[in-house]
Amino acid sequence: MIQTLALLLGCQLLGEAISRFADLPVPGPVIGMILLLALFAKLRDIPENVEKTSFGLLEHLSLLFIPAGTGVMLHFERINEEWLPVTVALVGSTIVGLLVTAGLFTLFLRLTSKEPLMPLQDKDHE
Amino acid sequence: MSEPSQDLTEIWVYLSQSPLLWLFVTIAAYSLSLALFRKMRFFPLLNPVLISMIVIVTLLNITGTGYDRYFEGAQFVHFMLGPATVALAVPLFRNFQKVRRALFPLLIALAGGSLTAALSAFYLADIFGASEQIALSFVPKSVTSPIAMGIAENLGGLPSLTTVLVILTGTLGATLGLPLMKAFALRDERACGFAMGLACHGIGTARAFQASAMTGTFAVVGMGSNGLFTAIMVPLIADTLL
Repeated sequence: MIQTLALLLGCQLLGEAISRFADLPVPGPVIGMILLLALFAKLRDIPENVEKTSFGLLEHLSLLFIPAGTGVMLHFERINEEWLPVTVALVGSTIVGLLVTAGLFTLFLRLTSKEPLMPLQDKDHE
Repeated sequence: MSEPSQDLTEIWVYLSQSPLLWLFVTIAAYSLSLALFRKMRFFPLLNPVLISMIVIVTLLNITGTGYDRYFEGAQFVHFMLGPATVALAVPLFRNFQKVRRALFPLLIALAGGSLTAALSAFYLADIFGASEQIALSFVPKSVTSPIAMGIAENLGGLPSLTTVLVILTGTLGATLGLPLMKAFALRDERACGFAMGLACHGIGTARAFQASAMTGTFAVVGMGSNGLFTAIMVPLIADTLL
């Protein structure tokens, strides 16, 4: 676990350095992710402990958004004045965006590929 | 000898100054809401991110704690977003072939979904009477927040409002996205994952990973490609919006 953490932080650090040095608009962690992808491609595999720890971290990705999200929720009153258009636009466009994206994806999967669809194992939203 | 309540006050004063308290509250709130979510068989409205944020905001308001003090503790959790982003390389590498094989449907869904999300948000806000500045702040609301703020600023929206809309969109999508798509018979995990990432960025992606690694992988691709696509597309169509 500790080696994986060192690897992840190392990639992030290198990514931050490259982002700053080359003045790229891409954030450091994203460059770090690309570096790690390149490393896996070179190794032609993912070391077992790296895979295990990474999935452990990603399993609780939701937790990591809570501090930033909480900060935003505290400023909730900012949208009180125009609550009707804000609510309609927020809910409506999220629903339409999700359905159009998943709908187009599914339609063109059917049209272009002979592979069967891969149904979501929906243990998590029964 | 002091009164017990006075002792309690002293303990509170001491603890509330230390980052430990709010770090604990953040992790405990998440851990309890996750247990509740599982126990209630993943009832959508009990989404752990939503419940945790409500609990924490309530506690902060009751105790009169400012966000800066809260963040002194919560920053340790927030910091892990960096290494977690790097760790996304693992599912991406594992499922690389599957992403490549679905490339054509993916690109069509990207163009269609990205335009739909941005334009429907703008026009719905506009039609229902939002001011122009607020309607413009809606355009990048499906995009991950660092990119969204830049887009909003260039358009003449309010970047700080956009951040609020981004988080609300993500939380809403994480809460309702999967059951919604299921209700419309959209069940392919690649399609659902991609939609969750495209329409609901990181928070939607995190929810997709709870369903499966493959769903999460396509969500990562959806989030990344939509950030890029929206940033390029919006300047091109900006004139038609105004």
